[in-house]
Amino acid sequence: MIKVENVTKKYGDFKAVDDISFEVKTGEVFAFLGPNGAGKTTTIKMLTTLIKPTKGKVFLDGHDVAENPSQTRKSFGIVFQDPSLDNELTAHENMYFHAVLFGLSKEESKDRINKLLELVELTEKKDQYVKFFSGGMKRRLEIARGLLHKPKVLFLDEPTLGLDPQTRKHIWDYIRNLNKEEKVTVFFTTHHMDEVEKMAEKVAVIDNGKIVFIGTLDEVKQKTGMQNLEDAFISLTGHEIREEEGNVGKFQMQVNRKLMG
Amino acid sequence: MWLRQWKRYIRKKSRIIGSLGQPLLFLFALGFGLSPIFEAAGGGDYIQFLTPGVIAMTVLFTAVFTGMEIIWDKQFGFMKETLVAPVTRFEIMMGKTLGGATVSTIQGLLIFLVTFIAGFRPESYAMLPLAFLFLVLIAFMFSAIGTVIAARLDDMQAFPLIINFVIQPLFFLSGALFPLDNIPNVLRFVTNMNPLTYGVEGLRFALNGQSFFSPLTSIFVLVGVTIAVLLTGIYQFSKIEI
Repeated sequence: MIKVENVTKKYGDFKAVDDISFEVKTGEVFAFLGPNGAGKTTTIKMLTTLIKPTKGKVFLDGHDVAENPSQTRKSFGIVFQDPSLDNELTAHENMYFHAVLFGLSKEESKDRINKLLELVELTEKKDQYVKFFSGGMKRRLEIARGLLHKPKVLFLDEPTLGLDPQTRKHIWDYIRNLNKEEKVTVFFTTHHMDEVEKMAEKVAVIDNGKIVFIGTLDEVKQKTGMQNLEDAFISLTGHEIREEEGNVGKFQMQVNRKLMG
Repeated sequence: MWLRQWKRYIRKKSRIIGSLGQPLLFLFALGFGLSPIFEAAGGGDYIQFLTPGVIAMTVLFTAVFTGMEIIWDKQFGFMKETLVAPVTRFEIMMGKTLGGATVSTIQGLLIFLVTFIAGFRPESYAMLPLAFLFLVLIAFMFSAIGTVIAARLDDMQAFPLIINFVIQPLFFLSGALFPLDNIPNVLRFVTNMNPLTYGVEGLRFALNGQSFFSPLTSIFVLVGVTIAVLLTGIYQFSKIEI
């Protein structure tokens, strides 16, 4: 379903993503892991036509992502790392806007919107403005919206960031159902290793723009000789806290180093 | 895209009233304040003269602001949602521009109604469709300009800068507030370079029956500038990466 061939993305001299290749099969639940700033979001952006790779090719559902963006965009749905709803519109209007953008017919969009709002339990709130929604409700709405045009792949970039355990469980339950019943391929990133252990069939770990591991959950534990995924992840990517862009991060790093002696 | 802009506009009632405030202030303060001098200088009724300028101003401000709403979209992430949709960048830009143009045309019409109540009378009612045409042209042009500026910017910090260095000069250095005959050469050069001048002059011709430039020149310049801006916009939008 997704095929990435020797993809590199450079910003100036900095290689955000450095010559990565991998494949995701149809119907698979694929976890894409890595420390902050490792290149996860950059990769997702390349897979979803938002940015073009400097080198290499990406195929999604058989379409060349760089050459055929419009076709590709019909094949996937995405939930971004940060909210992307229009706060000044109601839940229903946000959904409807998406339906119009994706060229759904009137009846079809009506059906789908009602069904999906039901699925994420927002039917009663559909005429409320999104700005009054809680973080969890917004996320649920975004997932519903991402599924509106019946995508074959669903991208989730840290979909449970900042949510309480109840909501997290809820959201993953939906996603698992979707994957089982509608055979949607799921590609997600997260920092919660328990989510990966419950959900993912396959894992890729990226660090400093390079893929350091790809395989099943058992394989990653075997390779690193660790009992749980969290330890395996740390053994693959090291203990050091990652420097992110900006001086705040740098300052924090220095403090951390001093504290650790 | 267009519908969304429209819905957002309707919802912000306070903003509609608010944005009517500034042009009205201009109309009343300058209009009534300067009209004795203007009349003494033989310029005729200043309110009559000023009204097209104030209408153009309203359209200018609303159009650029709504065009620049793209910056908000970028900041709040909504832009990404539109960018992953299977529509071309061109369609996104046109949708935005049309939305902005519609909203600001309506705003212009509102101001026209208000000035009508305040005592402004157009020279000939048969010319009103022409006035409307100019209104639409101005709205379209500045909405496009706003969209193009916004495509380049990433945050709202630049916003006051744009107001001070783009919008205000456009307004003050057009023929909105003063007649264009007998002005110093430097000012003449600047006003001739300003696309809003042609919008104001066009409106003035349609509403007052007289203007410095011929209405055909005005239409020609307005359409030309709009096309140029849109072409720039197409280029800019094709390069947008988030």
